[in-house]
Parts: sequence; C-alpha cells; structure tokens
Amino acid sequence: MNSVFVYCELEDSQVAEVSMELLTKGRALATELKCKLEAIAIGYKLDGIEKDIIPYGVDVLHIADDKRLVPYSTLPHTSIVVKLFQEEKPQIALMGASSVGRDLGPRVSSALHSGLTADCTSLVIGNHEDKKLNKVYENLLYQIRPAFGGNIIATIINPDCRPQMATVREGVMKKTILDPKYKGTINKLDVSKYVNDTDFVVEIIERHIEKSKVNIKGAGIIVAGGYGVGSKANFDLLFELAEVLGGEVGASRAAVDSGYVEHERQIGQTGTTVRPKLYIACGISGQIQHRAGMEESAQIIAINTDPEAPINSIADYVITGDVAEILPKMIKYYKANTK
Amino acid sequence: MKGYKIIVLAKQVPDTRNVGKDAMKADGTVNRAALPAIFNPEDLNALEQALRIKDKFPGTTITIITMGPSRAAEIIREGLFRGADDGILLTDRAFAGSDTLATSYAIGQTLKKYGKYDIIIAGRQAIDGDTAQVGPQVAEKLGIPQVTYAEEIKAINNGVLTIKRRLERGVEVVKCPMPLVVTVNSSAPDCRARNAKLIMKYKHAKTISEMQVSNDDYIHLYNDRPYLNIKEWTVQDIEVDMNELGLNGSPTKVKKVENVVLQSKGAKVITSSDEDIDQLMRGLIENHTIG
Repeated sequence: MNSVFVYCELEDSQVAEVSMELLTKGRALATELKCKLEAIAIGYKLDGIEKDIIPYGVDVLHIADDKRLVPYSTLPHTSIVVKLFQEEKPQIALMGASSVGRDLGPRVSSALHSGLTADCTSLVIGNHEDKKLNKVYENLLYQIRPAFGGNIIATIINPDCRPQMATVREGVMKKTILDPKYKGTINKLDVSKYVNDTDFVVEIIERHIEKSKVNIKGAGIIVAGGYGVGSKANFDLLFELAEVLGGEVGASRAAVDSGYVEHERQIGQTGTTVRPKLYIACGISGQIQHRAGMEESAQIIAINTDPEAPINSIADYVITGDVAEILPKMIKYYKANTK
Repeated sequence: MKGYKIIVLAKQVPDTRNVGKDAMKADGTVNRAALPAIFNPEDLNALEQALRIKDKFPGTTITIITMGPSRAAEIIREGLFRGADDGILLTDRAFAGSDTLATSYAIGQTLKKYGKYDIIIAGRQAIDGDTAQVGPQVAEKLGIPQVTYAEEIKAINNGVLTIKRRLERGVEVVKCPMPLVVTVNSSAPDCRARNAKLIMKYKHAKTISEMQVSNDDYIHLYNDRPYLNIKEWTVQDIEVDMNELGLNGSPTKVKKVENVVLQSKGAKVITSSDEDIDQLMRGLIENHTIG
C-alpha cells in the first residue's frame, strides 16, 4: 500500500509547528489506510532531527542534509521532493499552508501532474462513485475547504492522479506525539543525485525571520476586532479589554487589510486558527473564512451594530450595539465585579 | 531606450469580499451571479510593480494575459487605462472547469506561443479561490524560477532582479535572473489610478468578439489604430493537448459543494445597557470563563 507523506518544514533546524500537526494527521490517515507514514526533512546539520519527527509515528524518515539547502529555496527543494515522490509513489502528500508550503506545493504538483488543494480545513478518507464511468474509487482523500470567499464549503478529490496533495494551515490540526520510542527507519539521501547545479540560481542575500511574538494561538481569551471597529484608535479599546481580562487581541482579515493591526493577529482560514475558552468578536461580520478560524471557541460573544450579522449565528451572546460604547462598559463591570 | 518584456497574469474575479444583502438568496446562500466582477486585487499590485519597471526603463512593454469568458476583456482595458501596452484574452469553452493545474497548462502554452518574455508578474492569489497555485505552476511548466510573496522589485541589474519578499514571519531579499515568475502580495503598493489620457486612447479597445456584437460606428478605427485590438486567443491559437485542458486536464474534482447556510444556534441576545453588561460580566466570572 502506498504511503502517506509529510514534508517537514524546518526553520533553524527546528521542525515547524504546522509540520508536527501534519505528522499527527498523517499518522491517523496512514493508520486508517493501513499504510506507512513517511516524512522528508530537508536542511543542513540535521543530526538528531529524527528525535523530533519519528515519535509522531513516522515509519520512514528521509533526510536531505546539505549546506546548500538552507535557507529554503524553491528549486532545490522541489527537485528533491519531486524525485523522491517519483521513487516512493506516495498516495497522499501533506504540506503546511505556509509561505514555504504554498511556494513548494504547486511547483511539485505541476511537475508531477498531481492535484493540490490549498488551505484545507479538514481531511477525511472516503469513497467516490463516478456514475459516468460506473466506477467506484475507494479510500480517496476528501480535501475539504471553504471557497468562493467562504460562501461555500467544497469537498475536493483527486480520483486518478497521485499523490493527492493538500496544504493545511498552522493550528488547524492538533499535534500529538504517538510514541516517544516509536521505531522508524532513516534514509539519508545522496543530495547530489537529487539536485542540479541549475537549481541554485536564486540567491538569498538578506533574511530576517522573527519568531512569532503575538501568541494568539495559546491565548485563553481573545478579543478580536473586524472592519466594524472602524479605526486603529478604536482598536486600543480591544487591547485594553484584552489586557484587563488577561487575553490577546485578534483580528479579521478585513481589519488587518485596513491596517488596524498587524498581520500576525489575523484569525481565520488565511490566518491563525484558535480555540480559546472565550472569544469576543467586536465589529466582525463573521464571513466563513473568519468563522473557520474561531468557531470552536468554547464561548463566543458577538458585538455588532448589525443584528443580522452572520457571526451571531454561532455566538452564545449577541450584543447589538457600538463597540466603542460597549467595551468600556465591559471593562468597568469586570473591574467592579472582581474587586 | 532599454526595456523589458513583461507579462502580467491577471484574473477577473467575483468580488467575494463584499457580499452584501442583495447577494444573499432567501435560503441564506450567496447568489454568485449578483456579485460584481473585478480585477483581482493582488493582480493590481502585480501590475503596479510592472508599471514601476516601465517608469524606470521606458522601453519596457507590458502585456496583460487573462483567461476567462468574453467579459474578462474588461480587466485588460482596465490595465490599458493604467499603463499596460496590450493584452491577450484567452477564451474558449475547452478551458471551462479547469482547476489550477489545467489553468497553468493553458497559460504556459500561451506563453510558449507568445515568444520572448523577460519577467512574468502575477498576483500571489485570487480572492475567489485563495489558492496561490497558478503562479508557481506556470513557472514549473515553463521551467523557469519563481519568486513568490514579493513585496517590491527593488532593482534590475544585468538581467538579475533584486526582490524583497514578505513572508509570514519576516522578510527576505533575493536575487533571481530572468526569465522568472514573480507573484506579488497585497502588502505591495496599490496600483496607480487610471490615467485620463490613456482612457481616451483605449476606451474603444475591444476584442474581436466584442466588436462583432457592438455594432458601433468606430469600426473603421480598428484598422487605423491597431492598438485598439485586444487579442483574443482560443485553443486554435496555441498548441495544446486537449486532454490537458478543462475538466479532463484537472486532477482535482469537486465532489461536493455545500452552500453555507446561516443558522442561529440560539444566542442569548443582550442589550448594551449597564444592567445587561454588568450581568454578563458577573456570569462569566461566576462560571470561571474569566477572572
């Protein structure tokens, strides 16, 4: 049975969060399909990297270790992944929907003529009956994602082409170590057989990657603002409430696009997925891409001037009114009741 | 004057960002036909990067290539009004149902037919799909390097571009030789406005299909002013394997589409009065949600 494959993204020889989440999901899919889970780590000085990867239940870890492979660059990584997929013929391949995975994934799919579905929010195994061909495809990967501005949820399948490729954003899947002592094998690749000198035409002359400073993923309470907050100044009220409650400030894409707050606070399909115990949505209409990133919050308070706002349909409490009027009251009565 | 041959890949998309009440059907789903068709926003960021190269190197030409139905010629005109030199509308029923891979094949074949180009610039992704796949897939089909997530083309020296990329958690500056594909983020500068002189020059620019239906008095213009002819290419104009196009050429199939229907889960509605807010906060403290 052909394997499930995960591309492990590395930054400073550390496995990216999203890759650990995908290894966890990949393990579950491989177990269901009764096949092996394989992974590839491409970088430099990767001795010991297996300790961070195999415990997720990886049966075969391929390692490409070469000075020229860091930092990430499209062409050499594409060459390695394409050749390895041609050899190993995985049935499913998963990558992070990060700036690396979204750069690499389409390139690989184009080279292999395989289907790729971006930014999936759910991956499920299922059958498909093609009535025209009178053919049943068993155990396909259902790649489920919002599309069309989030107004539809599409289930995408790749009946004939392999691997079935999907990218998934950080935080969408949960990460769990399967067994710290899991027995997997290591296959060190002879890099020179996988890359060409012409793969190194792009030269990286400057690079500043910051560790994410804002930790909205880990926050128990999130006060999030949308376009309806109206201004950067009004966002200060959200920061104030978040500070008082011991939470973080999040935002919808519309608020980030309007420049009210920085991109790393964006919640939703194209941002971070969060599951806090309390989510206070301020001036957020609640397009599905946003809801996809927060609807699993334990409790949701929606504050909006529009009583028909879509966010209200998933809220536990709906307050119809102006954010600038309501937030100061929340701060005031929180303080009054905790004295 | 020295210049470059630039191709801007653009797409006409439904404006999914502004789903107003009139675009909602009674059953709570979106009426897609009611959404206005616009120039994909990041493709406008891409066009601006191309125009900035043309500002610096006036011998540069910018060709907009778009694939879509007949009306997609609108965005080519929009590009001409802002400073592009010409455009190709790739339109054929055989393209219908193409996924990103089949689209990139069609565009790749078009570019091979087009001939020499130095720089291909596209938006990172289109707002109707948000996939960010077509740019890199085209680059692979052409066998040329790509620089995605670009924010600024900073310089061009001896056929090498210096490009600043804006990544999720930082920035990177890379050098890449021509020819290449660059995909541009929305963090790049907005596209300049339409230019009044160019509107005058190109307002009658049309594709052959548009000329046939328009029946206007300007028909003589198209012989005198060839720049008013927007090229319209079908599968006949490019070399293609029909099995690679449309639904047949698309590895991904849509199995199911669920319209998002908004249903209330029965929220507790409270007012913004002091009493209600006081009670809400007290309740949240009592059940240990906060505090």
